[in-house]
Amino acid sequence: MSTIYELTCIACPMGCQIKTKVQQDKIISIKGNSCKRGELYAQDEIFRPMRVITSTVRVQGGVLPVVPVRTAEPIPKDKIGVALQEIACITVTAPVKFHQVIVPNIADTGVSVVASRPLAAKEGGEKTA
Amino acid sequence: MRSIKYDVVVIGAGPAGLAAASRAKAMGVKRVLLVDRDREPGGILQQCIHNGFGLHLFKEELTGPEYAYKFIEESYASGVEFLMNTMVLTIQPDRQIYAINRKVGMLKIEAQAIVLAMGCRERNRGAVTIPGSRPSGIFTAGTAQRFVNMEGYMPGRHVVILGSGDIGLIMARRFTWEGAKVEGVFEIMPYSNGLNRNIVQCLKDNNIPLHLSHTVTKVHGNERIEAVTVSQVDEHFTPLSGSEQVIPCDTLLLSVGLIPENELSRDAGIHIDPVIGGPVVTDEMETTLAGVFACGNVVHVHDLVDNVTRESWLAGEGAARLVLGQQPTRDLVTTKAGSGVRYVVPHKIHVENLATRTTTLYLRVLQPEENVRVELVSGTKSLFSVHQRVVRPAEMVSINVPPKRITATAGEELMVRLVREGDKA
Repeated sequence: MSTIYELTCIACPMGCQIKTKVQQDKIISIKGNSCKRGELYAQDEIFRPMRVITSTVRVQGGVLPVVPVRTAEPIPKDKIGVALQEIACITVTAPVKFHQVIVPNIADTGVSVVASRPLAAKEGGEKTA
Repeated sequence: MRSIKYDVVVIGAGPAGLAAASRAKAMGVKRVLLVDRDREPGGILQQCIHNGFGLHLFKEELTGPEYAYKFIEESYASGVEFLMNTMVLTIQPDRQIYAINRKVGMLKIEAQAIVLAMGCRERNRGAVTIPGSRPSGIFTAGTAQRFVNMEGYMPGRHVVILGSGDIGLIMARRFTWEGAKVEGVFEIMPYSNGLNRNIVQCLKDNNIPLHLSHTVTKVHGNERIEAVTVSQVDEHFTPLSGSEQVIPCDTLLLSVGLIPENELSRDAGIHIDPVIGGPVVTDEMETTLAGVFACGNVVHVHDLVDNVTRESWLAGEGAARLVLGQQPTRDLVTTKAGSGVRYVVPHKIHVENLATRTTTLYLRVLQPEENVRVELVSGTKSLFSVHQRVVRPAEMVSINVPPKRITATAGEELMVRLVREGDKA
């Protein structure tokens, strides 16, 4: 039993269309790539695709109503949905520091979500204890 | 009216302005001022919350705000002064700048050297002429990006995207991740205008279809957009009758290109290259108005911020060299776009610099090609060439010519052209 995976390589602008046959967690044939980097890309993309997630969280009392956040490291692609839902539920209070941890262990990946920028508190804004 | 004096004044505190200002300061210029109309420095990077910035320069994938943060911190640390919430109104040929600011009103700034770093703006519905009604719900992709990422609004829930520029692709993913439904991306060209990785990671990852050779031919709805008609186009971009398809939506995003923002430059009498929409520049990034430099998207639209930074370091150095009396001898060669090449920047190169430092030429090709040579030619003589496995109009090509690799005499014309490998020149 083998599965066929088709992907577009992103290692360079060429964008080779790669066709692979996978059997028991191993690539048994690969076609369409024009260099070694394509093979490595296919290997990662098929067996452990990872993505950095970026989004925003609500801020109270900040100069802006939202602050951008990112996962400090890439997380498994299949955790994106859960991670985004967790991020959507969060509100932080200004001021926010650069790379302040917003969620310590997102979607149980061991990776933290951090603020991508500092965000000052609004002058004369709401005071929170 | 208040009047102030600086050695170097940089207009625009986005990635280009930040890099130019801190580099001028690092070169030993005493007083450097950055002027920007926004509340905070960083420019458009502050709304580009996705990662992928700095891969070439720092070998890591930063988000836009993180990339900006590095340069904002560096500028503050090096002693660059900031004048925010300030709009430059005009630049006089004698390098006097008139600006306006809510606290001090009109302001005159005298500069020994000026760096233009105003960036670019998005082409809008007027630029692509879409027939139909004029309801609300039609945004440029960058405007929607600012709404979602900085102001915390969602412009809509059912989105159609016209144009496959990078911002449109990024916003397709962003809207999906915020719970909206993106019906598809429609591109009039037979190829995409975005980076490959964005097609894969923004569209394919989220099962958003990309329709090439398609465009929006009608907008429906009165108060708010209710649907668009999309049609397939032929090779002359004429919609094919019978291919129309009505797609219900509440939002249409336009990602149909960027235009360098050069009102100030034109007004100052600076010569603009009509192909790129930005100033004609030397390899020091000096415009045709002596003492006025330009860098980043105000010169030509870049796809990678790393290249903006590199180019802006040159502008900062150029401005510093002028202030410090270290400008190279004014013997120049000119560059010209040859076959297969849409444009080349810089337009002029100092002969002296060709001998003393690496010269980078930035160019865009006319159409996608594989297995080509980018060749630098003087008359019939080939001076330098580099192999490129693939070139695409959406991805800027940069060519590094090492010092002393080519010799040229003042007034010579260097043509940059594409040659298919295997073809005789």
